[in-house]
Amino acid sequence: MAQAPLLTVRHAVKAFGGVPALRDGSLAVPAGRVVGLLGENGAGKSTLVKAIAGINQLDGGDMLLDGQPYEPAGPRDAESHGVAVIYQEPSLFPDLTIAENIFVGRQPVSGRRVDWPAMRREATRLFDQLGVLLAPDRVARGLSIADQQLVEIAKALSSDARLIVMDEPTAALSASEVTRLVGIIRRLRDRGAGIVFITHRLDEIFEICDRVTIMRDGVTMSDRAIAELTVAQVIRDMVGRDLSDLYPKTPTNPGPALLEVDTLTHAGTFRDVSLVVHEGEIVALAGLVGAGRSEVAEAIFGLRPYEAGSVTLAGRRLRSGDTATRIALGMAMVPEDRRQQGLFMTASLVRNATVTVLDRLRRLLFVSGRKQRAATRDWAKQLNVKHSSLDAPVQSLSGGNQQKIVLAKWLMTEPRLLIVDEPTRGIDVGTKAEVHRLIGEAVADGLAVLMISSELPEVLGVADRVYVMREGRIVEHLDRRDATQEIIITAATGAAV
Amino acid sequence: MTTATLGTAAAPWRTLLRARETPVLVVLVAVVVGTSLANPRFVSRQGIRDLLLAVSFIALMAIGQTFVIVMRHVDLSVGSTLGLASYVGVVAMRNLPGVPLLWLLLACSAVGLAVGLVNGVLVAKLKLPALVVTLGTLYVVRGIQGIVVASKRVNASALPESVVDLGIRSFLGLPYLMWVVIVAALVAAPIARYTRFGRDLYAMGSNPDAAQLVGIRVSTRTIGAFMISGLCAGLSGALFLARFGGTDVNAGMGVELSVVAACVIGGVFIFGGSGSPFGAVVGALLLKVIATALPALKIKEFWQDAIIGALIIAAISVDRIAVVRADRKRRLESRR
Repeated sequence: MAQAPLLTVRHAVKAFGGVPALRDGSLAVPAGRVVGLLGENGAGKSTLVKAIAGINQLDGGDMLLDGQPYEPAGPRDAESHGVAVIYQEPSLFPDLTIAENIFVGRQPVSGRRVDWPAMRREATRLFDQLGVLLAPDRVARGLSIADQQLVEIAKALSSDARLIVMDEPTAALSASEVTRLVGIIRRLRDRGAGIVFITHRLDEIFEICDRVTIMRDGVTMSDRAIAELTVAQVIRDMVGRDLSDLYPKTPTNPGPALLEVDTLTHAGTFRDVSLVVHEGEIVALAGLVGAGRSEVAEAIFGLRPYEAGSVTLAGRRLRSGDTATRIALGMAMVPEDRRQQGLFMTASLVRNATVTVLDRLRRLLFVSGRKQRAATRDWAKQLNVKHSSLDAPVQSLSGGNQQKIVLAKWLMTEPRLLIVDEPTRGIDVGTKAEVHRLIGEAVADGLAVLMISSELPEVLGVADRVYVMREGRIVEHLDRRDATQEIIITAATGAAV
Repeated sequence: MTTATLGTAAAPWRTLLRARETPVLVVLVAVVVGTSLANPRFVSRQGIRDLLLAVSFIALMAIGQTFVIVMRHVDLSVGSTLGLASYVGVVAMRNLPGVPLLWLLLACSAVGLAVGLVNGVLVAKLKLPALVVTLGTLYVVRGIQGIVVASKRVNASALPESVVDLGIRSFLGLPYLMWVVIVAALVAAPIARYTRFGRDLYAMGSNPDAAQLVGIRVSTRTIGAFMISGLCAGLSGALFLARFGGTDVNAGMGVELSVVAACVIGGVFIFGGSGSPFGAVVGALLLKVIATALPALKIKEFWQDAIIGALIIAAISVDRIAVVRADRKRRLESRR
């Protein structure tokens, strides 16, 4: 390829609140080629995509489009440069028709009048080009994810996009929908568009990509033609690192089974999920984002109803959707999104940490402020929470310290089973180790932990046993001794090594 | 189904069948036919006239309100805007030379546009919730009205003949006031459906975040929509004056809820994104028809409110169920 690439990203750097997401990201996309962008969760792919889409601006490094400096100020600016991004779950206007969704904000007008027939004609023409059947007059509400993506692709075509970035488009698609999408990607490529294709399914990479760029920990590790690659090599480039000393594992001594989940099913979300967690044991639920892990955790905790199967805690069978009983029996959950679900961001440390145990901190009828403060001070010290004052709002803490407060809040209830969903997401390495130590200590005292994590080193370093989920089912169950990153990735992606 | 399904080239009868407004229209006809079978006097000439007069100013406000609800906001200030506009209109007619009716309409429009501008700026620029902002302006405007009007009462004798005529005369069997509503609906419907402005409002209500991302000028549009609602509310002050031959400090008290109810019953989705000015007019008609039909059917008066309340809940439930079903269907499709 003598010709200069359509898009070049050089040494991109981006940090969020001091936590680096992108340290040295590079990418080259030639016109008329499909470039696969791979990496574990948190490797920096999404951050790179957001910079290309104009949603975030880079802190360092630069981008070139057609050899010219490219610094999109926003999504509209990116679009006017011929750059389109198709997200895993597009954000359409559910009440508007498909045709109008394609042209919203730039509807064709004759005079000052919106030209509906022209809009419909043009939509039909675009869908013909893509070789799909979608009724332009249908409202977008209720469209499958695959069809929503097609609307976005039609939108990209209608604005003459030359560079199309697809961020995990196949994650929520069925096999036949993936086949259709692959056909469309080939068509776009043959028309001369440059395409960036992000996926976790390795078989797809070999099916449509011309080149593969692999990222790890915010750095681009390799950029090779597909012919030079094997599945085994891709996996090695994605995970290859040594983390043995980062996760000091205290030996555990599991007791009797505490949580038993049997063939739990919620049609369309997860199916036949069975698992066991013993006292004094950490069990990980691994898999890709979107595999249904958080949904299973929510169902176990009673936040989400299930249609069939059972959840048993310490021999007592629990009703679907009954969170109160679960909490009373000693179940606790640290949710994935601590800002939205785990904390009252504007309230003080004291209020956040003690909200679960107000009953115990009473003096006569009323909650005792002194007891609240004492309990919080105690835990803040134990968990080594760095804070200016117990009355400071939780949002003033760093992400890692916020997470410790969430943990404190639930550990105060002295739970028997703790469910943690992505306990260390967005936390720096040092604090990560502390969170792991805390969980480990509680487990040594007999706590049972069910941990969802997308970070393989964490899964391997912390868990005693690992269940791997793919597309709503448990597809692998491994003992600590047998688990490797390769086995887990293979099971989670369904790739044949 | 939005208004987007109206006026499609292919098979007009089919799009009519699918339109949100159709079921409301069917219910309206059923209530009228049913009631007149039970009590023939219900469809008397005078009865219909009274009904249409009573509907007119609610319907006009509902047309304006549609533009606000469609973008997932609400305008509660319309009742007191009507009240203040009607009195300011009287003052303008008394003190300015020339054609009184013209001054009335200009004064009412000015009051409405001003209130709408304030609402729009507060909602768009300060990002305050419309429910609270317009609840606030509802009281503020009512307060101003109290100061200006005090205990004065304007009677028909104090009004110019042209204004009184407006409330009495008919054209082709329809009262003038109803013609005003029809003209307003004929102007409003194409604005909603055939202008970038109108379409942007629907997009903003359907998915506010995405609207921002596709580059819609959200705050300008928001202010514009609130000013349309204010304009309609102000003008309905003139209709109110003509209909009752006067105004006082209580004019328009509490009508904002009837206006929102008319929209919701007429198929304007309270969560934004769909509905049409025509639907709002039909909703206002249905609201008043039920209110007059019940006494004609010798049903005790207090059932009125309960039935209208049930209708409102039914209207939003239908939409909600459709949304939940669509989401569930999608979820099942997404995993083979």
